[in-house]
Amino acid sequence: MAFLPKSRKARRRLMVAAVAAPILALAVGLSLYAMGDAAVFFYSPKMAADRHVPPGRTVRLGGLVEPGSLIKTPDGAVYFAVTDKMATDKVVFKGDLPDLFREGQGVVAEGAFGRDGVFHAREVLAKHDERYMPKEVADALKRSGQWRGDGAGPVNYSKALR
Amino acid sequence: MTDELGAFALYFALALSGVQVLASAVGRLKKNATLRGAGEGAALAAFLAIALAFAALMHAFVTSDFSVLNVAANSHTDKPLLYKVAAVWGSHEGSMLLWCLALTGFGMAVAVFGQGLPSGLKALTVATQGGLGLLFIGYTAFASNPFVRLAAAPVEGASLNPILQDPFLAIHPPFLYAGYVGFSVVFSLAVAALIEGRVDAAWARWVRPWTLAAWSCLTVGITLGSFWAYYELGWGGWWFWDPVENASFMPWLVGAALLHSSIVTEKRGALAGWTAFLALAAFTFSMLGAFLVRSGVLTSVHAFAVDPKRGVILLAILAVAAGSAFALFAWRAPGLRGQGGLFAPVSREGALVLNNLFFAAATLTVALGTLYPLIRQALTGEAISVGAPYYALTFAPIMAACLIILPAGPLLAWKRADALGAAQRLSAAAVLALAAALLGFFVLQPDKLGPAVGLAIGTWLIAGSLTELIVRIRLGQVPGAEVLRRLGGLPRGQWGMTLAHAGLGVFVLGAAFETSGRIDAAEVLSIGQSLSVGQYRLTLKSVSPVDGPNYAAERAVLAVTGPGGAAPDVTPERRFYPANRQTTSQVAIQRRGASDLYVVVGERREGRRPGWLVRAYWNPWARLIFGGPILMALGGLVSLSDRRLRLGVGARAARRTQSPLAGAAH
Repeated sequence: MAFLPKSRKARRRLMVAAVAAPILALAVGLSLYAMGDAAVFFYSPKMAADRHVPPGRTVRLGGLVEPGSLIKTPDGAVYFAVTDKMATDKVVFKGDLPDLFREGQGVVAEGAFGRDGVFHAREVLAKHDERYMPKEVADALKRSGQWRGDGAGPVNYSKALR
Repeated sequence: MTDELGAFALYFALALSGVQVLASAVGRLKKNATLRGAGEGAALAAFLAIALAFAALMHAFVTSDFSVLNVAANSHTDKPLLYKVAAVWGSHEGSMLLWCLALTGFGMAVAVFGQGLPSGLKALTVATQGGLGLLFIGYTAFASNPFVRLAAAPVEGASLNPILQDPFLAIHPPFLYAGYVGFSVVFSLAVAALIEGRVDAAWARWVRPWTLAAWSCLTVGITLGSFWAYYELGWGGWWFWDPVENASFMPWLVGAALLHSSIVTEKRGALAGWTAFLALAAFTFSMLGAFLVRSGVLTSVHAFAVDPKRGVILLAILAVAAGSAFALFAWRAPGLRGQGGLFAPVSREGALVLNNLFFAAATLTVALGTLYPLIRQALTGEAISVGAPYYALTFAPIMAACLIILPAGPLLAWKRADALGAAQRLSAAAVLALAAALLGFFVLQPDKLGPAVGLAIGTWLIAGSLTELIVRIRLGQVPGAEVLRRLGGLPRGQWGMTLAHAGLGVFVLGAAFETSGRIDAAEVLSIGQSLSVGQYRLTLKSVSPVDGPNYAAERAVLAVTGPGGAAPDVTPERRFYPANRQTTSQVAIQRRGASDLYVVVGERREGRRPGWLVRAYWNPWARLIFGGPILMALGGLVSLSDRRLRLGVGARAARRTQSPLAGAAH
């Protein structure tokens, strides 16, 4: 093995590098692959409409809960609408809403659009404090010009899973 | 009055930290013992001053002094005493003070208990610790002072968020911070050793106990937090790969890598540069965590919302502390003359190097998953979130590979080992693991592969750790009396390692079972109706109002019938806290062996008959998820009590030449 370095120390170093490089490369490669595959995008209703989010793809939908849109049925399903004042999406969620879910306030739902255009939420995040809004919702509202000033206070989401 | 005293003590501690840096650094330069002693005295005094400030803040909370903004925003007269105390660290400002308390406490510990450290190294360590103190106490005093007064004191406070009013959450931050900030000591030790130009076995012997202490506290802190999330949030989950959870997990991973690499540096003098790098990285990740949690850049269940300006200051602190430390590393590390012993690929050193590679790779994937969404949003404005599926694809396989090689490591000899011999010794453990996997695959019903793999790895870890113990005491090879003598003679470090590795196995068993074997059910129930979850049947008996100290609750009583007949009733509650106008769910958990029956009651639904949405989970082996890490932390503590790490022993060993300690475990 004439091509190997002569000093034993250098050989050891080469050996460590030869083991380390593939493991770290694998880690980064896997991460980038998984990032493309497993990352969940956040959309406001307007953005979702513009981007034509395909049915079945897991996304996060965020905006304000449209006042007067909340319907609770005895079988445990909840219907409400999420709006960014430019577009509105209907959301259906089976389960208990987070403790601080309110009409007119910010909400983030994770789930997928159905073929009928209704958003089927698997998880609903609402804020725990009147003064605070999920960051993505605030950004989306700022972009659509519907922003009503900054809030401050403890951020605590309550979250409901189904 | 006490508030002014507290505020004064905080500023005084800042000044003392300045004295600590100057006196220690100049004392080192001039080789002046008096100045070095003054630096150590300043470290002790800074700790006392912060402790005074902390006591003053606690006094304000306990006496409900609403003229202090922080108390008015986070406390309430109706709150039970425990939560008045816990509210001290329930807010951003108060928790920064706790951070400073831990930081100065560790600085004091180095100054007072570090008698065996070489004087130059000790002075520089105390100086670096003082520098960190300057940054963080300065930040607390000027950018998030908990003693800010209100011009007009309100009659009543806004109260602590009810979901934080919980005994486990009350004790979780002190452990977590002791862990986070404990790494500051190894950070300072590494900076000092790099300046001195000596990173060697004696230095590693000093790094190890501090790392063990910090890592054990962090393990307990993360476990308590996870347990809190499990039973308080009412989602049934225990780990969400939430960015804030990751922020505490990354220093833990780096700390675990450091624990292992410092063994190699201590015993063999090798990997010195890498160990120093990890020592710097552990606290850097702690600071990164502090930035992520407190800057408002994250959307998380656990984050504090603070104004972004504070985030910028924290980022600047991170940049200054970590930036200068790594610059120092880049400058000094190439000059470190490693007298490190050579080793063959198959050896204890080789196995520990591989362990460190896997830990580094795992940390890399977690860091990417946590930071990439932030970077991407900053660059493109597109918000994405990265959840469990990402980590299942990246972190899980890397860690699984690490765990598969784990039991072999302790069986390999230093320098050059007999791989075949280790494999033969582990054959019994391998057979057990395979048997467990097959059993799991054929017996378990809903989801086979996940628990089967988890069962195999968990059994492999536990059996593998015990194999090593059995080999060491020569069970079955020598007479019983000799076995007992050997068992008694095992160093504590050995016990600690076995406990920690077996604890990891226990955790894997629990995590695999709970994740893939969980059953859930949700139904709207009227009085008298029932729902089934797994082998259990829950019948709603009654729902009635209950009054708590600072809440009003609706308590549901559900009768439970399981495979063994009737079990005690479960009583989940839905609590309304008028001070916050907030409702929380009090989960009812009935432990059945290591498994949990987990019941949450939801809000009242009006219909033909009023009903309540009841969610029930059957979480098999869930308790192992929390028991395993506690075993690991215990292992750390047992290891810490090993005689070779106790006071003075390190110093004596350092004075001796580099002879490896005979008969030691690692």
